[in-house]
Amino acid sequence: MAEKTVTKLHREPLFHIVKRDDMVWWKAWGIRAITIVVSIFVMVFISSLLTGKGMIQTFEIMYRGVFGRIETGSFKMLFKYFEEVAILLCLALALTPAFKMKFWNCGAEGQALMGGLGAMVCMIELEGKLPLAVLIPIIAVVSIICGAVWGVIPAIFKAFFDTNETLFTLMMNYIATQIIAYYVYIKGGGSNVIQPVEAGIAPSTGNAHYFINAGIVAVLTLVVYIYLKYSKHGYEISVVGESQNTARYIGINVKKVIIRTMLISGAVCGIAGMLIVSGIDHSIRTASVGGQGFTAIMMAWLGQCNPFITLIMTAIIVFLNTGAGKVADSCHLNSAFADIFVGIVILCVVGCEFFIKYSVKIRGARKGNKE
Amino acid sequence: MIIQFICRAILLGVPLLFGSVGEIVTEKSGHLNLGIPGVMYVGAISGIIGSFFYEQACGNDIAKMNALLAVLIPLLCAIVGSVIMGLIYSFLTVTLRANQNVTGLALTTFGIGLGNFFGGSLTKLGGGEATFIALTKTSGFFSTKLPFADKLGWFGDIFLSHDFLTYLAIIVAVIVGFVLNRTRVGLNLRAVGESPATADAAGINVTRYKYFATCIGSAIAGLGGLQYVMAYANGVWTNNAFGDRGWMAIALVIFALWKPSVAIVGSFLFGALCNANNYIQGLGTATQELFKMLPYVVTIIVLVVISMRKRREFQPPAHLGLPYFREER
Repeated sequence: MAEKTVTKLHREPLFHIVKRDDMVWWKAWGIRAITIVVSIFVMVFISSLLTGKGMIQTFEIMYRGVFGRIETGSFKMLFKYFEEVAILLCLALALTPAFKMKFWNCGAEGQALMGGLGAMVCMIELEGKLPLAVLIPIIAVVSIICGAVWGVIPAIFKAFFDTNETLFTLMMNYIATQIIAYYVYIKGGGSNVIQPVEAGIAPSTGNAHYFINAGIVAVLTLVVYIYLKYSKHGYEISVVGESQNTARYIGINVKKVIIRTMLISGAVCGIAGMLIVSGIDHSIRTASVGGQGFTAIMMAWLGQCNPFITLIMTAIIVFLNTGAGKVADSCHLNSAFADIFVGIVILCVVGCEFFIKYSVKIRGARKGNKE
Repeated sequence: MIIQFICRAILLGVPLLFGSVGEIVTEKSGHLNLGIPGVMYVGAISGIIGSFFYEQACGNDIAKMNALLAVLIPLLCAIVGSVIMGLIYSFLTVTLRANQNVTGLALTTFGIGLGNFFGGSLTKLGGGEATFIALTKTSGFFSTKLPFADKLGWFGDIFLSHDFLTYLAIIVAVIVGFVLNRTRVGLNLRAVGESPATADAAGINVTRYKYFATCIGSAIAGLGGLQYVMAYANGVWTNNAFGDRGWMAIALVIFALWKPSVAIVGSFLFGALCNANNYIQGLGTATQELFKMLPYVVTIIVLVVISMRKRREFQPPAHLGLPYFREER
């Protein structure tokens, strides 16, 4: 017996991982910022290898591709950029309360599509019958309700039966997509395209619609921040997210909080859908949200449940996405290069979180302690 | 007509079968790999890249191509490509303990981007003239049927007329089912997925199991992508043509209640559901669109029912989606 234990002696592993206490906030953000900058440089380097252009030139193409020529007084590209940021940010904001509650709402895409569908139905059916001042509130209310309903269905099952919400919300996306396909086919008269409708919360031409969308989302950012940070609801959400048992112990109705939060989350997604459909496109198709619902999940997570950080992250990612697409275009390569670019940057940031939460201790620091 | 419908359903079902069996292996280790759609794209495009260069090396001359190599090169490339994706995922989620949902979704973005990028630019990067990839010759090798299938009537059509990846898919599913339920390795793997702390205390190397499960799962899923481009799409790559099949594979995992044997039947059923709209008489195009949501609706119903009934053998792995850190109890 004794021999066995001797032969079983293991060497101490080369390094081991220790959980850190909370890191100082500026250090943590320093690590994240460095990761983002380094990964962007690496990706720009790779793209300059692919395209055969210099790195500085690549940066310039990205900048021009996103902002255009601002110095000549042409702000159109800049406005368009704001609008794209606004939509993605709106979706990410919608997910933030749910994520804070540790409810994995992967259904932003579907909820936004349903919100958009609500807006589209109102726009088509009520166009010309009601003055715009009446129509706009109706559009808003209907699309919010549609989004909220789509969001609350998984929440009800989660609250009462503990159904896996990640998978449930994922599946809901595709049901929504098919409903849109059905509606588009019916209303498009078999052409699979709905002709743009004039009525909507923002005019389809001119610069006004850029500001309306961006303005609504700016207000929303502030509202979500205040809601999460200073309201009683926000407090309840964070307690439920940390520990459901604690929440029950201090008398929070967990089921109610889950359902209420998902109503809000779905409603904000509905707003995003409304902004897309009645603020920009004035029409709807299955690709109206275009996968941004999934990107928003990553944005909300990168934003660490803080709407302002989400704003910064969204601005960076939209810039990279558009810019990288332009870089690939400039060399007649496929613009899906943008997805690779953004994917790698996000993977790096996700990975760097490890160095914030844990620290690695290398063997040999305690050499003297041998038996 | 009915025979054609069944064959079509099987053809459509095989990528889902590969994807879901791969995802089952991964999920049994407690990792919800939402990167499977991306992995399947990468599997497809790696196979395409491999056979593209092989066809070029042979001077696009079918006489010079060796049937065995023409099949093996894409197959190996697909496996290597998807294992690399699996390694990225498991490095981030197992070693770095990153959030699984976010990692998976980022991997999907990355994988789909990779697929579309190389699919759209490979001929240009390879110095060719063509604007799209059509590997009909390699695809021909892939969809070679058994020689005596034609002679056996309907029986031959339904059971023997498929490409070899279809049979491989079923074999893989059966083997995975056997390993999971009948061997010590499978028992250990299930223990890791149910309660990694317990498994760790029992002396199972949790990290190694998670890595292997994710990588093997990805390799299997990647073959699904390969089957799609080579057998279904005849070697022609179209961007985004693979569509949401990856998500459907994840849906199928739930539908199959985490059992590979059920996944075989389930995948052909899903294939039939995807396809039934073309075969039902008097169904308008609009209704067809509604029909396509059936696989997802069925999945949701299954998901809800298993969570209501709380039968222990039908539950997802208890530690699904949660990171494991030994020092955190």
